[in-house]
Amino acid sequence: MITGNDLILACSAIGAGLAVIAGIGPGIGQGIAAGHAASAVGRNPGAKSDITSTMLLGQAVAETTGLYGLLVAILLLFVKPLAK
Amino acid sequence: MDHAILMASGADEEVDIMVHGLLSYKIGGQTLWITTSHVNILIVMLILIGFAFMINRKMKHATDVPDTLQNIAELIVEKLDGVVEGVMGGNAKKLRNYVSTIFLFILFSNISGLFGLRPPTADYGTTFAMALITFTMITFCKFKYQKVSGVVKGLCDPWVFWAPINLIGDIAVPVSLSLRLFANVLSGTIIMALVYALLGKIALVWPAALHFYFDLFSGAIQTYVFCMLTMTYVNQAMDTE
Repeated sequence: MITGNDLILACSAIGAGLAVIAGIGPGIGQGIAAGHAASAVGRNPGAKSDITSTMLLGQAVAETTGLYGLLVAILLLFVKPLAK
Repeated sequence: MDHAILMASGADEEVDIMVHGLLSYKIGGQTLWITTSHVNILIVMLILIGFAFMINRKMKHATDVPDTLQNIAELIVEKLDGVVEGVMGGNAKKLRNYVSTIFLFILFSNISGLFGLRPPTADYGTTFAMALITFTMITFCKFKYQKVSGVVKGLCDPWVFWAPINLIGDIAVPVSLSLRLFANVLSGTIIMALVYALLGKIALVWPAALHFYFDLFSGAIQTYVFCMLTMTYVNQAMDTE
């Protein structure tokens, strides 16, 4: 017997899965940043440490949107704000 | 955590990722909790304070040819000062104590996951408190260096009607700063807890690689990023042009 609460929990799980799709964006963005950093190091090996720190900083900022999606998923799974 | 998932995998351990309250007391109708996060913060702080006392006693008898402990202390201070100076240039002197302190605290908090503690930075209260300190610093520096006229001018940057959007942008700084650190450490904690709870019987040596990534690598990167962003924002606020 499926009660309304069970349905909400199941939909929460599906919603959590959908929310984590947000990880695609930062994945692409971080890959682009890393690729450009690699080519920059190839052109100018002397500036490797500067390039690395700039890349890490930019990637961390780009990661934030993905983490928001992750946070929504975690809230749906563990805190269950919609279920009674 | 739902029990169905656990039973299906045959795990007998409960997945434990939450903060637990240890004791509660009431002040003015509000219930306040002393949680596991407080205890873990206390442990991290005690380790750092003990380390500081040890170094302090050592540095009173500092020698020209440093031995191991003095060498380590000098290396840490030099590296941190170098990082702050590289970002802030002339303003480095004003901020390097704060950045070094917060760097060591976040780093030790993140690494404490290795020793079986729940990292204190996986509690939103901790990270938000640190982000609020940074936010206060940014606002204070803005008013001190750019004066009220500069702040108002910066708020109405292209046009007066942009002020609400700029205000939201300012408020988003501490929120995103704290959420980034919190979500990164929390996701690492959750994944490690799931690995140990669901694969407890075969989790023998290989979780060490996961620990290396989630606790050491990710923890160090997030520490670096938090300090870097703090320095960048404060440096921006100190700009007087």
